[in-house]
Amino acid sequence: MSKIGKSPPASEITPEVLYMRRREFIRNAVLFTATSAGVGGSLLWLMKGARAERKRSVGTDRTDAGERELTIARHSNYSTDELLTPYRDVTSYNNFYEFGTDKGDPSENARTLRPRPWTVTIEGEAHKPQVMDVEQLLGWFPLEERVYRMRCVEAWSMVIPWVGFPLGDLLKRVEPTSRAKYVAFTTLLDPEQMPEQRRHVLDWPYVEGLRIDEAMHPLAILAVGLYGKALPNQNGAPLRLVVPWKYGFKGIKSIVKIRLTEEEPPTTWNLAAPHEYGFYANVNPTVDHPRWSQATERRIGEFRRRPTLPFSGYAEQVADLYAGMDLRRFF
Amino acid sequence: MRRPGPLPWLKPGVFVGALVPVGAIVWHAWRGELGANPIAQALNQLGLMALVFLLAALACTPLKTFFGWTWPIRLRRMLGLFGFFYALLHVSTYAGLDQLFDWQAIRDDVAKRKFIFVGFSAFVLLVPLAATSTSGALKRLGYARWKRLHRLAYVAPALGVIHFVWRVKKDVSEPVAYGIVLGALLLVRVGVHLRSRPPGRLQARGNVPADLVQPERRETDRPIPAARCPGSRG
Repeated sequence: MSKIGKSPPASEITPEVLYMRRREFIRNAVLFTATSAGVGGSLLWLMKGARAERKRSVGTDRTDAGERELTIARHSNYSTDELLTPYRDVTSYNNFYEFGTDKGDPSENARTLRPRPWTVTIEGEAHKPQVMDVEQLLGWFPLEERVYRMRCVEAWSMVIPWVGFPLGDLLKRVEPTSRAKYVAFTTLLDPEQMPEQRRHVLDWPYVEGLRIDEAMHPLAILAVGLYGKALPNQNGAPLRLVVPWKYGFKGIKSIVKIRLTEEEPPTTWNLAAPHEYGFYANVNPTVDHPRWSQATERRIGEFRRRPTLPFSGYAEQVADLYAGMDLRRFF
Repeated sequence: MRRPGPLPWLKPGVFVGALVPVGAIVWHAWRGELGANPIAQALNQLGLMALVFLLAALACTPLKTFFGWTWPIRLRRMLGLFGFFYALLHVSTYAGLDQLFDWQAIRDDVAKRKFIFVGFSAFVLLVPLAATSTSGALKRLGYARWKRLHRLAYVAPALGVIHFVWRVKKDVSEPVAYGIVLGALLLVRVGVHLRSRPPGRLQARGNVPADLVQPERRETDRPIPAARCPGSRG
């Protein structure tokens, strides 16, 4: 056999036309690749897919590393034994419009918040109004862990192990007067620390309120941590309200002022869309949001939607507060 | 060997690029990277892509009007079909993954929630457009009827924008931005229509660019006017 191979079969010979047009072929291949990359890249940019993913990892790493461990003095009978929503999800899927309207925004942007030193003012219809540092406040009460369901008005829910103390304990300490019928809460107003306050998405600062009997209910707590650690900024550091039988937006974050009042205080979402968000905002599967159903919810991490329970499952403890009230009207 | 037309890379390139979003969604879902509420995330992204493609399809004619570019027209049908494709994925994700084919709940949603109703209507309007997107369908319908039917391509994205605005809780800046783009694309058409419609018939008048007078007779993928369709009864 000859060492020199046979000439290649005719089928493998590049047709002359193609050979002559190889430059054109290469050019077209380059333009094809550039076009698909350009179109695909632009679409991804519009979709923000890549951004959401990056945010998520940023949020995870930072919060896992940073927060201070808290000493929990006792566990509570009010805790649910349902499966906890992972820390990663609790700290990367947040509605905190002061840091952006996308639920991934707060975990990315909330680093500008400085939760220490932090002054809290308690004023209004109280015999012993107080202005104090949050550290001092923490010293007053033993911290408890409370594992609560959190039902967002957007029809998703989580199970979160909060660390905090009953709001009622604090209110008793400042001795409300007989005229104290409501409690009003205010979030920090500081566009330096909360950059999205420069945009008028909502009327800043965020304000919320409870009736005094709701505020004194043992389920209502002020949270300073979750998962045994201090609250990450995106979850409302250093001090936030948790009222588990109400929609999540009642849980005002990064509180600087608590005021006891005689009149029902304004609340931010009610001001923004009065026909969609009421003062009470109790979780109620039979009263739909005007634009979507509240009958079911998606528990974060679960595939199937689950039925929403009246008062988010806390009816036994709190339904009495609303005896005789038309909850369709007072939604 | 047939020589390919001009810009042979254009359509394949856009086609592959248009598949990138669905590829990215599937990839991220597979890796568990769609965030804490992956179904909601996929729903939002697919719906947005549907709107983007419908707007892109509407941008083709104005690009020709103003810049004289004819290549976008060749992409128009494909862009519109990608709009339908993403709308179909969006609706399927809602019905299948979000509601798990709970037809009762889906019926209630469509009937009672105006934001779902308009979104669903937009999708329904796209079905006949996708079904008659072939040259064969154009011939069967006749050009005039085909064109009248395909005016729905203006209505569907408008409903899509309303769907988007009503879905958002507070910050409507993103849906409004898409609404502005849509409004501009429709206004351009109104303007062109008014200018090309003085008392007389369509004539090449000094102030009307030749392109507008016989808008359909250039370049390829554009539907062929009725006169040239043998089977046309239009």
